[in-house]
Amino acid sequence: MAKKIYSTYPMVKYLRKEALPTALCPGCGGGTVLNAFANAIDGLKIDPKDLVVVSGIGCSAWIASPYFLADTLHTTHGRAIAFATGVKVGLPDKKVVVISGDGDLASIGGNHLLHAARRNIDITVILVNNFIYGMTGGQVAPTTPFGAKTTTSPYRNIEHPLQISETVAAAGASYVARWTTAHVYQLIESIKKALQVKGFSLVEVISQCPVQYGRRNRMKEPAEMLRWFLKNSVPVSRARNMSPEELEGKFVIGEIVNRERPEFTTELNKLIDEVQEHFGLKEE
Amino acid sequence: MIIRGNEPDQIRLIKRLYKPGNYFMQGNEAVAYGALFAGCRFYAGYPITPSSEIAETMARELPKLGGYYLQMEDEIGSIAAMVGASWTGFKVMTATAGPGFSLMQENLGYAVMTETPLVLVDVQRSGPSTGQATKGAQGDFFQARWGTHGDHPIVAVSPTSGQDAFWETIRAFNIAEKLRTPVVVLFDGVLAHTREQIKIPDVSEVEITYRKLPENEEEAKLPFGDPHGDGVPPMPLFGHGYFTHVTGSTHKENGLRDVYTPEVHDRLVRRIHRKIEKNREVYEKYEEHFTDDAEILVVSWGVTARPALGAVLRAREEGIKAGLFVPKTVHPFPGERMRELAKKSRAILVAEMNLGQMIIEVERYVNDDVLLKGVNKIGGVPLTVEEILREIRGVA
Ligand SMILES: Cc1ncc(C[n+]2csc(CCOP(=O)(O)OP(=O)(O)O)c2C)c(N)n1
Ligand code: SF4
Repeated sequence: MAKKIYSTYPMVKYLRKEALPTALCPGCGGGTVLNAFANAIDGLKIDPKDLVVVSGIGCSAWIASPYFLADTLHTTHGRAIAFATGVKVGLPDKKVVVISGDGDLASIGGNHLLHAARRNIDITVILVNNFIYGMTGGQVAPTTPFGAKTTTSPYRNIEHPLQISETVAAAGASYVARWTTAHVYQLIESIKKALQVKGFSLVEVISQCPVQYGRRNRMKEPAEMLRWFLKNSVPVSRARNMSPEELEGKFVIGEIVNRERPEFTTELNKLIDEVQEHFGLKEE
Repeated sequence: MIIRGNEPDQIRLIKRLYKPGNYFMQGNEAVAYGALFAGCRFYAGYPITPSSEIAETMARELPKLGGYYLQMEDEIGSIAAMVGASWTGFKVMTATAGPGFSLMQENLGYAVMTETPLVLVDVQRSGPSTGQATKGAQGDFFQARWGTHGDHPIVAVSPTSGQDAFWETIRAFNIAEKLRTPVVVLFDGVLAHTREQIKIPDVSEVEITYRKLPENEEEAKLPFGDPHGDGVPPMPLFGHGYFTHVTGSTHKENGLRDVYTPEVHDRLVRRIHRKIEKNREVYEKYEEHFTDDAEILVVSWGVTARPALGAVLRAREEGIKAGLFVPKTVHPFPGERMRELAKKSRAILVAEMNLGQMIIEVERYVNDDVLLKGVNKIGGVPLTVEEILREIRGVA
């Protein structure tokens, strides 16, 4: 039965079949993200042999690690980007992708996120922002909207959410885009661009967690969450002319930044070349 | 082959750069040169006294050898980057001290669980906390053993001089590669900053080993299996198209997560233990002086082993039958030999720069009829020959 379903899904060739079915809840946005990622890889004709996917801990961390059939590194909570940094230096010609959650990458791992962007190391990060700690049971996250209810903000959240994409763009990333799981085609195109950019790229995906977030915030059905995303999405171009008050509770979608900057592993290898040259250590 | 460091070019570069001979250098520099000779071509770290000269030396020398120096944003990131780089085939090292070692513990556990070779140098300094940041100590004996969580084995070596640090660092790399495991080098702030004569050998005199790689697809499919029966799985490196899955969660032989089956966890963690227990010849090492007829045995390690030897020599001059036992690999503790020596001793003194850590390990191998006493000093100043000699005389 299960086999039949997989065989009709064209992207199944990219999945580790022995790890299926996924542990994600029905209706979770994680499936959309995996689908979009597989389509981007397929669209660019990237050989999975040229790909290493790294993730931290959380539901979103499972999206591609273990399910994507590539070298996959499932690390400690928050540290995926730092692990990926070592992988990228070791394999500068491979595509190194981090897929993980907002809690993982922007809370406990926030420091690594900022510094990888600053270094502009050629890693693509797909950050799944579901406004909540899904895996640990729906606690408040640094992305939880102001006023929202979670298991650890049972009355209401009085903290302000972190604008991850804007922060990472300010830190120096080459490419930053934000979409929601209701914008699948745009998301695929952005992941493709991010994979091709030589430098640090971040694609933030606003994603539904109906089980831990939706349920506590009057959106039990996944579709209700998708409608919420669509209704409140504002393209970057329009957002530029809006006041902070008008933008409160909105999702600014589109490309936040796309620019060229010297990339870390390239600079590192250039430096090594120069040093070896300088000391006359190059093979004659 | 992707493993960096064994190419003839590396040997050529080492020969070009580091002429054999005597040099006047710090213990920290000796550690760094040991790492370079052992084939370390990736260093990720975060500065902390008294370890920083290791980072500085690596930052200066690694590019000459085509190697990579990364200064990460913190210690957690440093060890994380090392694990990532190790899975691409690099021999990797970091150096830190007390607070940094604490931060590295979580991913040290990750390296144990994922069987990732790496070398972590802890230049012990006075603590707890920031304590006396610039002063040496030997207070991390148990942090090295039990700093991370869960049931896990660990290998830790401890050099007794700058010269020894050069060789022990190389040995740490060889153990890490042979057993596919992290290895801790418990160095200390005193030796780290002591300048002394250090002999750099010709690279041909250095034994260099490399991790076992899969011999075929079959082996590559079981990155956590035991095809050779020695408990050490061949390591399928990233980037070779093996589609390896690595996780710190409990995993099956094929790398896939299974955190629900008790047998899977039991099998994995016991094999990781067995791999260390069964391969004692790979890492067990100790030094003995006058132990043949010793009635009073001094047990000491790391920096304190030097004044301890001085004290034993002076005691011998005075006609006291004193001897010295120095574990060089401190974890797993050389318990069998300790038990044999303890049987022949009337009194055992354990000298260390802490309030008594290795003595707890020694005690496990000593019968009640032996007088067991710690010779301890804290405050950042090493024990002297006089101080240890006084204690020997006291029990003579
Ligand atoms: C050091 C550490 N602290 C806490 C945890 C527990 N933990 C596991 S997943 C998680 C949150 C994951 O949240 P997020 O990254 O947003 O992923 P989601 O599950 O929502 O997709 C936490 C706190 C952990 N594994 N390690
Ligand atoms: S708890 Fe939420 S994020 Fe986790 S799998 Fe379920 S729906 Fe997805």
